[in-house]
Amino acid sequence: MSTTKNNLLTPDKALKKRYRAEKRFQRMGIFAIFISLCFIVFLFTTIITDGYTAFTQTYIELDVHFDKKYFMEENLANANFPSLVKHSLYAMFPQVKSRRDKKMLKKLISPAAAYTLQQMVKDDPKIIGSSKKIWVLADDDVDMMIKGKINRNLNNQNRRIKDLQLAWIDTLIKEGKLEKRFNTQFFTSGDSREPELAGILGALAGSFFTLLITLSLSFPIGVATAVYLEEFAPANKWTDLIEVNINNLAAVPSIIFGLLGLAIFINFWGIPRSTPLIGGIVLALMTLPTIIIAGRASLKSIPPSIREAALGVGASKMQTVFHHVLPLAMPGMLTGTIIGMAQALGETAPLLMIGMVAFIADVPASLTDPAAVLPVQIYLWADSPERAFTEKTSAAIMILLAFLISMNSLSVYLRKKFEIKW
Amino acid sequence: MEIATNPTDTPFSIIMPKPIDHENSSDQIVQPDRETVGIPFVKHPRMSCRDVVVRYGDKQAINSISIDVGKNEALAMIGPSGCGKSTFLRCLNRMNDTIPSCRVEGSICLDGIDIYDPATDVVPLRARVGMVFQKPNPFPKSIYDNVAYGPQIHGLTSTKAELDTIVETSLSKAGLWDEVKDRLQEPGTGLSGGQQQRLCIARAIAVSPEVILMDEPCSALDPIATAKVEELIAELRTQYSIVIVTHAMQQAARVSQRTAYFHLGDLVEVGATDKVFTNPLHKLTEDYITGRFG
Repeated sequence: MSTTKNNLLTPDKALKKRYRAEKRFQRMGIFAIFISLCFIVFLFTTIITDGYTAFTQTYIELDVHFDKKYFMEENLANANFPSLVKHSLYAMFPQVKSRRDKKMLKKLISPAAAYTLQQMVKDDPKIIGSSKKIWVLADDDVDMMIKGKINRNLNNQNRRIKDLQLAWIDTLIKEGKLEKRFNTQFFTSGDSREPELAGILGALAGSFFTLLITLSLSFPIGVATAVYLEEFAPANKWTDLIEVNINNLAAVPSIIFGLLGLAIFINFWGIPRSTPLIGGIVLALMTLPTIIIAGRASLKSIPPSIREAALGVGASKMQTVFHHVLPLAMPGMLTGTIIGMAQALGETAPLLMIGMVAFIADVPASLTDPAAVLPVQIYLWADSPERAFTEKTSAAIMILLAFLISMNSLSVYLRKKFEIKW
Repeated sequence: MEIATNPTDTPFSIIMPKPIDHENSSDQIVQPDRETVGIPFVKHPRMSCRDVVVRYGDKQAINSISIDVGKNEALAMIGPSGCGKSTFLRCLNRMNDTIPSCRVEGSICLDGIDIYDPATDVVPLRARVGMVFQKPNPFPKSIYDNVAYGPQIHGLTSTKAELDTIVETSLSKAGLWDEVKDRLQEPGTGLSGGQQQRLCIARAIAVSPEVILMDEPCSALDPIATAKVEELIAELRTQYSIVIVTHAMQQAARVSQRTAYFHLGDLVEVGATDKVFTNPLHKLTEDYITGRFG
């Protein structure tokens, strides 16, 4: 190869080839990132477009006359509220005469309307005898209709909302007696068979209690194990055996942990099933390997010079670990723990085995109340036949994702905040 | 320091029996005729090592070394890489305990007490035999906390004022006080390399040790920082015994009173520093200091 002066300004062939290869590699990397971003955008848009409608709900205004004849009994709670709702509705559409049509008319209103009235009477019995305009929940089919998820142009037989009902809905809209409002129900109630009544609070509380148990079990056990194995354990075949087993556990399918929970914790120890307690214990078992492995990796990354420095001034092994090594390793351990927690938050399979897949309408108030968790709630709603549950499913996924994203951001924040530089 | 000069007291050259064990140390060149020449022993030693053998698993790193460390002397250990000087240094405060495969035989006594006795507690030992490492390794804490840590864990002080005094005297002795007195709460890792190393020395002397071990303390420093640390060593010698491992022969000549030459796990020669550098007794020492190998 001749070395001419213009070599610096005009790169020769081999050099050009090298630059081309580098450019090609960079373009491939950018392309890969682009593809994965596309998938993420696709995932999020589907979920959000399906789910955002769940945050509003259709309400219908009823003119209710709290007629004294409904409240003859001693106990006001036993009054026939469904009938009160029914007759208020009939009064708004006096032209509806036949029994069949009345039945269809009644279907515009959710069964929840009766509970709303019951609650109002309970709160203030003085309203008996008076008339009031009250906004009550519409039925889920009406809601779907309003949100455009039922096609108006289908023929009458194939449509869940019949022509007659469609006409009534149009009348209500014209009179301003039907509107969409923010769906507080979704955030304040537990599960329900009626989509318009179903809420996420039960699952949120369940997930919270479950993660509480998981965290309080797996963090101390995981950190203690990691510290002992990394700093104190003698290097022998027992330590190796334990290490291999921990790494194996991380790869065990999660449903196996559910089976273990069923066999040992429920059948042998008699811990009540479907509760956050049992769910938390099972998920703690599942998260332990993650925390231990992350903890050991972060302990390993602490330079040995810090240990030597501490030992050199006469610190004991324990003081070396607790004064110097552990504080430096903590950010990494916290990151591992939060990632483990996020994994536990999104875990479904082991919970199916220990009865957390049951339909539970109440919001759990303690660790031993039957509860559902977010991913199981998503699974249950996805499995329900009512059309309105589709948007609830997507909405629940959005909430789960929001929690996962905030947990992961928290882990990044904690790592940045507590990271000690040297 | 008193060097025993009376031949009947301590022989000028000690002939030690060498185990000829070729299978056990196949990768070592064992020369049965190699023996320590010079003055390995002193009259009133601070530390005395007899027949010290160190093995890493099957590999023998140090072959039966006997040497004394006198009071208020700086003993330099020189020799080519891998000759066992650092290994031997780390035996003196049992830092080798952290290496699972390391085995130490023979006896090493500090003020007449065998430090490898099973009854000896390693924590007070390391407080009495401090160590400064090759790479400056301050804790990622404030300058104050770096120095205060040792006295705190050993319970040397009961009040904050006493602790402040110890921190100040230690930093002053290390020649760092004037440079850092206004920023004691800043992280020790923010100092320059030379300052960090002097901080590590201050940390070591804060627990008032008797012996300070230094493992190539200047190898990561520039010449100016090196000069400061060397000055410091000369000063510290008046109060402490210092054992320093170094690759720079000029440094050994500048700071030490006695120099020990190690070669492939053997202690070849120990003698007064000026003697060793001007008139070595052993051929290997001469080859090394004249730069023929190493």
